Formats: sequence, C-alpha cells, structure tokens
Amino acid sequence: MGLRDTIFGRTKQAAPNLDNLFALTQAAITLQAELDMVTSGQAGLCFKAGSGEGTLTTDADIKELLDFDATNDKVTLTKDDLGFEWLIVHDPDLESLVTRIHAADTSMVEHGLGPRLLCAVFGFVPKTPPGEGDLRLVYLMKQGTFYPFAPTGPTQRNNELELRVRSFLSTDLPMEKDLSRWMALWNVPVN
Amino acid sequence: MATSSKIETDHKLNVRMFFTGLALVALYAIIVSVMISLGVSLVLVIVIAGALLFSQYYFSDKIAMFSMHAHEVTPEQEPKLHQIVDRLCLLADMPKPRVGVSEMDIPNAFATGLNPNAAVICATRGLMQRLPDEELEAVLAHELSHVAHRDVAIMTIASGVGILAGLISRIALFGAAFGGGGRGGGRNGGQNIVLLELATVVLSIVIYVIAYLLTMALSRYRELAADRSGAILIGKPSVLASALVHVTGDMGRIPRNDLRKTEGMNAFFFAPALAGNTVASLFSTHPSLEVRLNQLAQLEKQLNG
Repeated sequence: MGLRDTIFGRTKQAAPNLDNLFALTQAAITLQAELDMVTSGQAGLCFKAGSGEGTLTTDADIKELLDFDATNDKVTLTKDDLGFEWLIVHDPDLESLVTRIHAADTSMVEHGLGPRLLCAVFGFVPKTPPGEGDLRLVYLMKQGTFYPFAPTGPTQRNNELELRVRSFLSTDLPMEKDLSRWMALWNVPVN
Repeated sequence: MATSSKIETDHKLNVRMFFTGLALVALYAIIVSVMISLGVSLVLVIVIAGALLFSQYYFSDKIAMFSMHAHEVTPEQEPKLHQIVDRLCLLADMPKPRVGVSEMDIPNAFATGLNPNAAVICATRGLMQRLPDEELEAVLAHELSHVAHRDVAIMTIASGVGILAGLISRIALFGAAFGGGGRGGGRNGGQNIVLLELATVVLSIVIYVIAYLLTMALSRYRELAADRSGAILIGKPSVLASALVHVTGDMGRIPRNDLRKTEGMNAFFFAPALAGNTVASLFSTHPSLEVRLNQLAQLEKQLNG
C-alpha cells in the first residue's frame, strides 16, 4: 500500500493471479512418481459472494456466468460453514479439471468479481489405498501460490506429509513460502 | 472492474481527512514557534515528548492487550476465529496479524500494533458469543482495515501534538512561576514577562483543546474509512451495518459500572486508537451509529447500482 493510500485510509482490492494454475499438471506427474498419488477427480473453486451481484442470485446463474451448462450435473454448488461459495467440478482427468477451474476464474474476473476469489482446491488420493492418506493442493488466488493440505481428522492435519509434498513439488510449483498462509480448510467440500 | 473502482474511493471523505491532517500540521508549526519563544526548554520538550511517543509507539500492542485482558490464541484454541482471519487476509492479500481474544463480556474488537507485520487483532468473548459468524467476520474485516491503514501509527503521531501542547503548557507554567519570583528587581519588566508567559500558557491550553478535538475528528474519519474498506472486503456493507447495530444495541444493555471501567481504560491512553479501534461508537473517537449506517447504506446502493 502506498503512502497516499495510508494517509487517506484506503485499501485497493486485490486482483487474482491465475498465471501459475496450469503448472499443476506437471506437478501431478511428480506427485504420482514420488508419493503414488493421483487426482481424486474433484476440484473446487472457493469465492465469497457479495451483495449487488445480481448475476449470482441462483445456482443456475452462477453456473451460467462461469460458462457451465446450468443442467450439468458434473458441477455442483455448495456453501461452507463460513459462508463462502464452493463450485465443485467433477472430472476424472486432472488437466480438464484445471482447464475448467481456470475458465471459471477467468469469467469471474471478466465480470469484475476477481477480488471475491479466495482459492482453488484440487483433491488427490493414494493410487493404492491406504497409502499416504488424502491430500489437497490449494491454489491461493491472490498470491498465485500453492500449498498442500492433508487433513487427518476434523481439526487435525498431517504437517509431516505437507512439508514432504512441499519439498517434492517446489521445483514444479510456486509454493507459498509464508507458512502462516497455509490455512486450514476443515470440512472442505472437495474430496 | 467497473464496480470495484467505483466504490474504492470516497472523495469527500478524503478531502475532510486531508484538511484535518493539514490543520494538525499547522498546529505543529504554531507549537514550534511557541517553543522557540520559550527558548531554554526546547531541547527538554523534544526529549520528553520524543521519549513518550517512542514508548507509546513501541509498547502500544502490549499496553492495549494488557488493559483489555486479552491474550494471544493459537489456531487450535480458536479454530473458527483463525479461519475467518485467514480467509479475510488471503482475500485482501495482506499478512496475517496475530490473533487474540479478550475475556471481556462487552461485545467489542480492536486492532493494535505498529504496522501490518506486527499487528494484533483481537475480539472479545462477548463479541464472539453474541454475533453470528457472518457479522463477526464483518467486524474483523473492519479491524483488519485499521491494520492495513496503519491507524495506530497515524493516531499516535496525531496525538503527539496533544502531548507536546500539554508539555509546553506545563513547562510554561513552571517558567512563569520561576520567572515571577526570580526577577524582583525591575518591577515593570518582571510583570511583562509574567504576562507574556501567562499568555503562553493560555495559548498552549487552547492549542491542546484544538489538537484534542482534531485528533478526535481524525479518529472518526479513520473509523469511517475502516468501515468502508471492511465492507468492500466482505462485499456486503449491510452485514457490517447489522453487526454495528447488534454491538451498540448490546452495549446499551450492559450495566453502567462495566462501561465505566472500559471508559477509564480509554482515557488511560494518549491516543484513542491505542485503546483499541473499537467497533462500538460509544466514545467520541467514533462517529455516531447513524453516520456509519448511512455510509454503509450508500455503499450498499452503489454496489447494487
């Protein structure tokens, strides 16, 4: 924030950074080689709906805005316990999951809703269960960075696995360096 | 991004804030000239005022946390509070401040700390118990805006004028007493000096009052600015408005001695902002509920328009 903004007490809304999203497909190969993990076939886009966004009043409106067929049952919408909207995409292929999340992001930005985007979450599961347990890779929209999230219970996470994932993927992905930003997403609706 | 750029600035608010700041700077100039007229005490005044401001600046977070009976909490202790702050900070792309809870029952929240990297954001137990999650989020967004706007630093600097003026009036008072007793020889000359120094005292007190009023005015503008940024961050001005109504409505129902306790704490600090950028508009450091609700209603209209 500049000096003028400080003096006048203003904050600029943060714009999302979508550039690094596609790096995920390369990282998925590493993830499978190192940890035997594959996509769970689900990805989610998390955003906060504001007032006055008349285009977002119904679920069908949102799907249409995000260039999805309103009747497409592979896309679902839910609201989490903190009031954030989740757009969940189902697709067995990781590359098309990434493409669809990116398309949804882009159309949010085109409609001036970029500041409302929080993160995108991609689910990963062990190819041969039980393996390492479930893992999510979270893409922080404003920061343009990834971090791993491995919940093992209602409010427990496997930090050891998360740190291992970071070391495996740090060459493929821009990983979030500030660990305090590795926010916990309990009850994340993406499996 | 037509919708967002339209709501990001309120020019009237900017202009008022600018002139308040300008008036404070002008006061600094007057004070400096008064200090020069006093001569000897110049160095002393600067040293004392500097030391006071410095300690206030550096211990502000500890003082505020201590007086509000607040303690820092970990994500394990307060998962929901942390989750809300996490998400707001990521949405706004700002560093996450430390999170604290005050065991007070009065529904309130405050932010303290020098800069966004060393900030603490704190909610009272009463606030967390009374407000629904969405409104708690709105209140925290308001406090995070104070952090982003560096309001603690700004209000500390602004209130420095008041401290300086107070010190000058005191030193001038000593000077007048001392000068009156010591110069018995030339009767007329002594009287003139006493009159001159009495005038300085009166002037200093006037300056102190004006500085105090201006600081209060500046504080109110900063509150409005934080309301605005907070409402834009959560995207729903109406939710912040309803949180304000809830907090002030609850405040009115709390027994008087509790309120007096909080008020006393507020007066303990030089800068109202240090006592916490409180949400409730009970003190004159805050604009009236009506003014704040009007601004939020207007913002809501802009968002819908």
